[in-house]
Amino acid sequence: MARMTLDELRAFRDAKRQDLARRDVEGKDIQIVVGMGTCGIAAGAKLTFDALVESIQKRGLENKVLVRQTGCMGLCYVEPTVEVIAPGMPTVIYGKMTKDAADELVQKHLVEGKLLDNHIFDRPAADIVKK
Amino acid sequence: MAKKNFILVCGGTGCESAKGDEIYRNLIKEAELQGVKDDVQIVKTGCFGFCEQGPIVKVLPTDSFYVQVKPADAKEIIAEQVIKGREVQRLLYKKDKKAQDNVKVQDIEFYQKQFRIVLRNCGVINPENIEEYIARDGYMALEKCLFELKPQQIIDIMKASGLRGRGGAGFPTGLKWETAAKVKSDVKYIVCNADEGDPGAYMDRSTIEGDPHSILEAMMIAGRAVGSNKGYIYIRAEYPLAIERLKVAIEQAKAMGLMGENILGSDFSFDVEIRLGAGAFVCGEETALLKSIEGNRGMPIPKPPFPAIKGLWGKPTIINNVETLANIPVIITKGAEWFASIGTEKSKGTKVFALTGKINNSGLIEVPMGTTLREIIFDIGGGIRGGKKFKGVQTGGPSGGIIVEKDLDTPISYESLVALGSMMGSGGMIVMDEDDCVVDVSKFYMEFCVDESCGKCAPCRIGTNQMHAILDKISKGKGEEADLDRLERIGKAMTKASLCMLGGSAANPTMGTLRHFRDEYLEHIRDHKCRAGKCKDLVVYSIDPEKCIGCGLCARKCPVPCITGEKKQPHVIDALRCIKCGECFKACKFGAVLVR
Repeated sequence: MARMTLDELRAFRDAKRQDLARRDVEGKDIQIVVGMGTCGIAAGAKLTFDALVESIQKRGLENKVLVRQTGCMGLCYVEPTVEVIAPGMPTVIYGKMTKDAADELVQKHLVEGKLLDNHIFDRPAADIVKK
Repeated sequence: MAKKNFILVCGGTGCESAKGDEIYRNLIKEAELQGVKDDVQIVKTGCFGFCEQGPIVKVLPTDSFYVQVKPADAKEIIAEQVIKGREVQRLLYKKDKKAQDNVKVQDIEFYQKQFRIVLRNCGVINPENIEEYIARDGYMALEKCLFELKPQQIIDIMKASGLRGRGGAGFPTGLKWETAAKVKSDVKYIVCNADEGDPGAYMDRSTIEGDPHSILEAMMIAGRAVGSNKGYIYIRAEYPLAIERLKVAIEQAKAMGLMGENILGSDFSFDVEIRLGAGAFVCGEETALLKSIEGNRGMPIPKPPFPAIKGLWGKPTIINNVETLANIPVIITKGAEWFASIGTEKSKGTKVFALTGKINNSGLIEVPMGTTLREIIFDIGGGIRGGKKFKGVQTGGPSGGIIVEKDLDTPISYESLVALGSMMGSGGMIVMDEDDCVVDVSKFYMEFCVDESCGKCAPCRIGTNQMHAILDKISKGKGEEADLDRLERIGKAMTKASLCMLGGSAANPTMGTLRHFRDEYLEHIRDHKCRAGKCKDLVVYSIDPEKCIGCGLCARKCPVPCITGEKKQPHVIDALRCIKCGECFKACKFGAVLVR
C-alpha cells in the first residue's frame, strides 16, 4: 500500500470499520438469521446472505444488526429461510428469501418497521412445542 | 463474498505453546478441505487473557467461546459451526467439569469485573494486520495530535487525565513529558520500556503481541508532544513473538505513511527502532536501560539528572512503559475527562495484572483502579486451587511485598499498596496458599536479586548476598533468633542506600513476610519445622503403618526409588535416600504418608 494522506486514511478507516463491525456482538439488538442447511444453500441462501450484508452496510446499519447463519429451520419447502429478531417487532420467519428479496427485507422490516406480507411463514413448531 | 463466520484463534505465547498455531493452521486447512474457505475468516489474534483455559478459540458472530481446544478439534469446528451453523457443545466453556450448562461469554465470571482499555484490541484484532487496528479507531489519536492539537495541548490532556507510569513507580506521565518538552535540544528521544523481568509477569508481552500498533502510535504522539523524531523500543530477546509482531507493525506503518518522513503529509517525522536486551532484570531500571541502548554495560547511574532532562546520549529522553503507552491513544481520542472518571482519586484508569500461582483462573486481566484484591483473586481468579487456604499474594514481584488475608479488601492504588508494604510494580500477581513457605518464597526472591544485582553499588551487591545466606541458613534449620534482626537491619540499609530500585526494593519480600509471618520464621529456627513442607532440609516423610494398605502407588511414583514393602503390607520410606520431592505424599489416596 502506498503512503496515505489524512483524507485517505479517514476514508480507509471508514471502509474497514464496516468490515470489522460484522464481528462485533455487543450493542446489536437486531438479529437476522439465515437458514443454511443443505436445502437453504441449494436454494441460494449464500447469495441471500451476501445480499443482506451488502444491503445493511449500504444503509449504515452494521453496528445494530447481527447477521448470522444457522442450520435448517425445517421449512425446506420455502427455502431460503430468514428469521428476523428485532425489538418492537414480532419475530418472523420469512421464506422464499432469494437474493432479490433481501434488500426489500432490510428496507421494510428494519427501516420502515413493516412486515413483508408475501414472505411470512411464521415461526416453526419448535417454538410452540417448547411452551 | 461476505464472510459468515469469524474464527479468532489466540496467538499469545501461552496459547501458542499449547499448540495454538497448529489449531490455526488446521482450521485453515479444514476450511479449504471442506470447501468453505470463502465463508469463514480465520484470524490469529492476541491474548484473550483466560490463559488457564487455553488454547482459546472464539467464533463470531455467534460469540461461541471454546476452551482447551486441541488441533484435532479443527475439523469439527469447521464442519459443525461453519457448515451447519451449530456450536460444538463439548468445547464450550462450562463453569466446572460436571456442569452441563454452557456459560455465555458475558456471564463468565473471569470477564465480568474487567474493564479493558490497554487490552482493548487483544483477542479482537489480528495484530499482524494494520487494517484491523485502523478499523478499531487506530491512528485516530495520532491524526488528532498532528492536525488538531498543539504539542502543549497534548501535554495538557495527559496531565488532566491523571495517567501515571505503569512500570511501577507511578510517576505522572504528563509531568514527565512536560519536563522533556521544556528542555531545548536539537535531538530528543522516546523510549518504550518493554524489558519485563519480574518472575510471573507477562502483561507487556501480551500487550505487544496482541496490539503492537497501539505502542507505535503512542510513541509518535509522545514524539509530537515533546518534539522528538526518534524512538527506541527496548525489549528482551526472550520475547521472539512480540519482537516479530513489532517488526511487522513497523513495516506496515511505514508502508502506509503512518511512520517515517512527513507522516500523513504533515511536517512531523518519526522513526522507531527495536533494541534487544539480553534479559538482565536491572535493565528495566531506566538509567541502566539507556546505558544498554547506548551499547554499554547495563548499570544504573545516579539520578538526578533525570532522563527527561539528560538521558540517551545525554539528550532529553522520555521513557514510558508498554502499558502506559497503550493507554495514550485512547486518552487522546476519548478525552482526559473520560479517563479521569475511571479509578480512584489519585490512581486513574485501569491496571493490567498477570494473575498466577495457586489460583484457579490464572491469566491476564485488566481492572479499574480501586478494585479490591479480594475481587481479583476470588471473583475473577476463581479462588484458590484445590480448595486450599489463601496465605498471601505477592504484588510487584521481587520488588514487592506479600499482602495477607486481612488486607484483601483494600482498593488497589499506587498509594494503598505502598501503605501495605508492597507496591504496584509492573503488575505481576502471584497467589500463595497454605502449601507455600514464607522462608522459601523469600529465599527464592532474594536469590533472584542476588543473580540480577549488577554489582555496581555495595549495599545491593553485598546486602542481597548476605540476606540470602541468612535465609538459606534458616531454611536449613540452622538459624538463630538474632538472624531475624540481622535481616531487618540489612534490609533497611539496602533500602536506604542502594543506587537504584533493584537494591532499594530487594528486601521488600523478606521484610513483608517477616512482618506478617514472624511466627513461621521462628518455627524454622526454634522447632526446625517447616509447616508447609517446602524447606527440604526440615522435612521428613514417613508412612503411617496403620493407614497404609500396601497399594504400592507411592513406591511406583517414587523417583529414587526408596519406598519398599510387600503387596498389601505397610510400606516404608528409607529416610536416608529420600530426596523429599513429595510425590508419595501427593500420590497417597489414604493419607498414610506423613510429613513432618
